Amino acid sequence: MNVRQVLDQFRAQGLETCFHGRHIEPQIYAGLDGRNWHLKDYEARGGYQALRKILGKDGGPGMTPEEVIAEVKESALRGRGGAGFPTGLKWSFMPRQFPGQKYLVCNSDEGEPGTCKDRDILSYNPHIVIEGMAIAAYAMGIGVGYNYIHGEIFQVYERFEEALEEARAAGYLGDHILGSGFSFQLHAHHGFGAYICGEETALLESLEGKKGQPRFKPPFPASFGLYGKPTTINNTETFAAVPWIIRHGGKAYLECGKPNNGGTKIFSLVGDVERPGNYEVPMGTPFAKVLELAGGVRGGRALKAVIPGGSSAPVLPAEIMLGCTMDYDSISKAGSMLGSGAVIVMDDTRCMVKSLQRLSYFYMHESCGQCTPCREGTGWLWRVVDRIENGQGRPSDMDLLDNVAENIMGRTICALGDAAAMPVRAMLKHFRAEFEYHIEHRSCMVPAYV
Amino acid sequence: MIPEATKARFVREVAKYPADQRQSAVMACLAIVQQDLGHVSVESEREVADYLGMPPMAVHEVTTFYNMYNQQPVGRFKLNVCTNLPCQLRGGAHALEHLARRLGVEVGGTTADGLFTLQACECLGACADAPVMLVNDRSMCSFMSDEKLDQLVEGLRAAEGQA
Repeated sequence: MNVRQVLDQFRAQGLETCFHGRHIEPQIYAGLDGRNWHLKDYEARGGYQALRKILGKDGGPGMTPEEVIAEVKESALRGRGGAGFPTGLKWSFMPRQFPGQKYLVCNSDEGEPGTCKDRDILSYNPHIVIEGMAIAAYAMGIGVGYNYIHGEIFQVYERFEEALEEARAAGYLGDHILGSGFSFQLHAHHGFGAYICGEETALLESLEGKKGQPRFKPPFPASFGLYGKPTTINNTETFAAVPWIIRHGGKAYLECGKPNNGGTKIFSLVGDVERPGNYEVPMGTPFAKVLELAGGVRGGRALKAVIPGGSSAPVLPAEIMLGCTMDYDSISKAGSMLGSGAVIVMDDTRCMVKSLQRLSYFYMHESCGQCTPCREGTGWLWRVVDRIENGQGRPSDMDLLDNVAENIMGRTICALGDAAAMPVRAMLKHFRAEFEYHIEHRSCMVPAYV
Repeated sequence: MIPEATKARFVREVAKYPADQRQSAVMACLAIVQQDLGHVSVESEREVADYLGMPPMAVHEVTTFYNMYNQQPVGRFKLNVCTNLPCQLRGGAHALEHLARRLGVEVGGTTADGLFTLQACECLGACADAPVMLVNDRSMCSFMSDEKLDQLVEGLRAAEGQA
């Protein structure tokens, strides 16, 4: 075997994470098997019908850009990247009459620990993102777009480039799409290892060929974005939701979720579950149900804690989590956030100090160094948690952690500072006794952990 | 010197961006250099800078900011094992230790035969596939049990004719 053949043996096939048949009313992952990602397969699933519809190329009257935005507003689609901002509203911020280029950017820089949903969308259904972006570009009068893909999933980037070629050849991208007056050029761009580039303005800097250091806002990207031009940035899954909304209507999308939380959402169930993977379910599905889809807690053990929205989301103890439904409002009310939809499950053998130690290391490592509270504070947090984990903690460390976290939050240009501080504060709030035990006894109160 | 064949691959990347924004292609060009030459030297940075019309320091900022660029030569195969929390819960750290033992290197080190460099890394965005690792920046390997790690190491050795 040559090198490529050796490596191909270990390439993920998506059987465990995507084609397990345990989604509930899926829209984005529906009907996928790993081989049917090509254009002709997507068309056979009804793909590009939404684009035909808005351009009036399906025999109908077409839709105006305003009508497309109104439909997306009615759907209550909210940004799937983490912030949950209403997508239709974001689109309406773009200036209508702007002399010069406007840009559309897809944020596929999926690096929030726990999250691996966009990877499976782009691998197994890339055209749904292309169609969603083309519809968005039409709605906002945009001529050029980029999909910024996480550098670590290079094979997915290559797959997306292949899909782009197919779409161009079929006339779904390029000049005068499907013979209409609408033109849209779309390209793929890859990152190369920087968590911070998932932050939208850092991503724009990176796309411009610079260090990925976030910009101060305002101005927001809608007025000063890529190359200083009006720009809209949405997450991969957000774009992937758009074709369904256009084909079936915003109302139908809203109805399959719950009020203010339209549609389906893909959750990445990771950590201590029997069957880690992505699960697409209607918004508002009980957490207990989603956990059950993933086969429950690994080895039938008891659930201890869950980080419900990617590593930056505050941790929640089992009893609170089991009372939640999976939607923005329920998780937010419980004191955390739905974030990117990564659900990190921890069983009763897990030490919270050790878990926080690893997360704090990550934020220290990924701080871009631009703002002092984050650059210095993330290192400080890690050093303190690390010494507690290693039996060197001091009684005053509890207050110190809280104080450092408080002095990072809200004092940085971007949300990475908050993302580093929130897990610390939530761990101290819900699992304070474990930290105190570590400090007092210089050992772990959890008898067996990894 | 960056070979002409490597530079020829830059053209496609530069074409994606507006004519006055060639700098946008810097990440892709540096990744191509790394794929063809193994690492990004200061000399290569200068050539990329010339090619894109950027100050060499602006290119160096990119090389040093993004984790995946090799600023020094590495082994024929660079192995990056994710050890972030979701992977830690499913044997990520164990996979790293297993490889270190198996290869007889410290994390961060390169085997004496120059075949393997072993590194820990942050989230690869494939958490449900844990333990998960990346080989030479571009090939992801999923569900890496000890047995599969051994198979990978042996397979790569054999493919290089050094079994």
